Amino acid sequence: MKAPSFFYVKPGSLAEVFDLLDRHGDGARVLAGGQSLIASLNLRLSEPELLIDITGIPGLGGITVSGQTLRIGALTTHRQIETSTEIALHLPLLAQAVRNVAHIPIRNVGTFGGSVAHADPAAEYPACTLALDAAFVLARRGAERRVKAREFFRGLYDTALQPGELVIAGEFPLAAAGYRSVFLELARRHGDYAIVGLAAHARVAAGRISDARLAFLGAGSTPVLAMRAAAALEGRSPDAQTIAAAQEAMAQELEMPADLYSSRATKLHLARVLLGRALVALAA
Amino acid sequence: MDKTLLTTLTVNGRTVTRRIPARQHLSDFLRDELGLTGAHTGCEHGVCGACTVRVDGMTVRGCLMLAVQANGRKVDTIEGLSDSGELADLQGAFHRRNALQCGFCTPGMLISAQELLSSRPDATRDEIRAHMSGNYCRCTGYHAIVDAIEEVLASRREGRK
Repeated sequence: MKAPSFFYVKPGSLAEVFDLLDRHGDGARVLAGGQSLIASLNLRLSEPELLIDITGIPGLGGITVSGQTLRIGALTTHRQIETSTEIALHLPLLAQAVRNVAHIPIRNVGTFGGSVAHADPAAEYPACTLALDAAFVLARRGAERRVKAREFFRGLYDTALQPGELVIAGEFPLAAAGYRSVFLELARRHGDYAIVGLAAHARVAAGRISDARLAFLGAGSTPVLAMRAAAALEGRSPDAQTIAAAQEAMAQELEMPADLYSSRATKLHLARVLLGRALVALAA
Repeated sequence: MDKTLLTTLTVNGRTVTRRIPARQHLSDFLRDELGLTGAHTGCEHGVCGACTVRVDGMTVRGCLMLAVQANGRKVDTIEGLSDSGELADLQGAFHRRNALQCGFCTPGMLISAQELLSSRPDATRDEIRAHMSGNYCRCTGYHAIVDAIEEVLASRREGRK
């Protein structure tokens, strides 16, 4: 299908974006890479009166490390994340996850900020930000605030963003010494949205796992931290018994609704499989 | 503010300026306004890969970029890449190995494959499959496409020695 008719503007500053958002309210949509938005326009799932293309605004891209924080600007593309030496060094979880984001032509254009603001619960970054305890920098006219990932994702495509507000960056604590990351997902075809996936980050010492953060994607209306599964692992090495206990705790706490293709039982089974694989990989 | 915008872009080395409706995606602009029908519109939501073109040297989905977003940028389509000879060996291998039947997916396949050939000259067969997984083919079953790309990878490696 073809997109409906809309106005298009490409402002050169955030101040202009805030003016436009004030004036047009819900009728305006912010366009970054557009790899979800333009698809939804083509499918007529979205009919905004105005697209505000923010890709001409300076200072919203790039990956920078300062102190113990790595910052990813909203307009950083998936491909830039994939090929970044800073990400490979400091956020190996994200480096693994990004290779599962669609395909290269989409990774060349799609952005970090666009993906998190879109808040698809089956997408890779939201779960990674939860596992890594990242925060988002949200800007509105004259002010910025920081919202932790666990408070940012509110529901299906729903976030803590207020009207007139924009995601301008994500901030991640650098992976500490002794911590390891594993990202796994199962999809019908490489690059599709995951049926279910797992972003796992934990301290590993002498084969024992502690302080685990296990964020599942495709497991509900938001990415979900499996806290009880993590508690069942604390201080243990992932032998068969520990893995079974963690899988059982995970199955108890995840809502895991069926999707268009897979039943709840199938998805829970796949989540168990991924959790088992991830724990073995973490401790290996 | 307007629903049409004066847009200047370079397509296959030629500068074109047109007033373009904001809603028109790049593939439709190339096909309907410039008569460059090599990039095909398949699914129009970024899944099938038939509309793959290059913008500023990178592969993109033509259906997921508005034509007005290409303002000031350099677009290369299968027509330009074919005329320049850049893809000649790849096209030859596709032909010899029956890596196309109806041909609908082929322009996108060639442009995606070329990106792999230039960025990962040592790609394995599995890596070829993973890289090409963003392009649908409903005729060939993919095997011959992977064969053709593998052959060109090897022959270009040989050529560099």
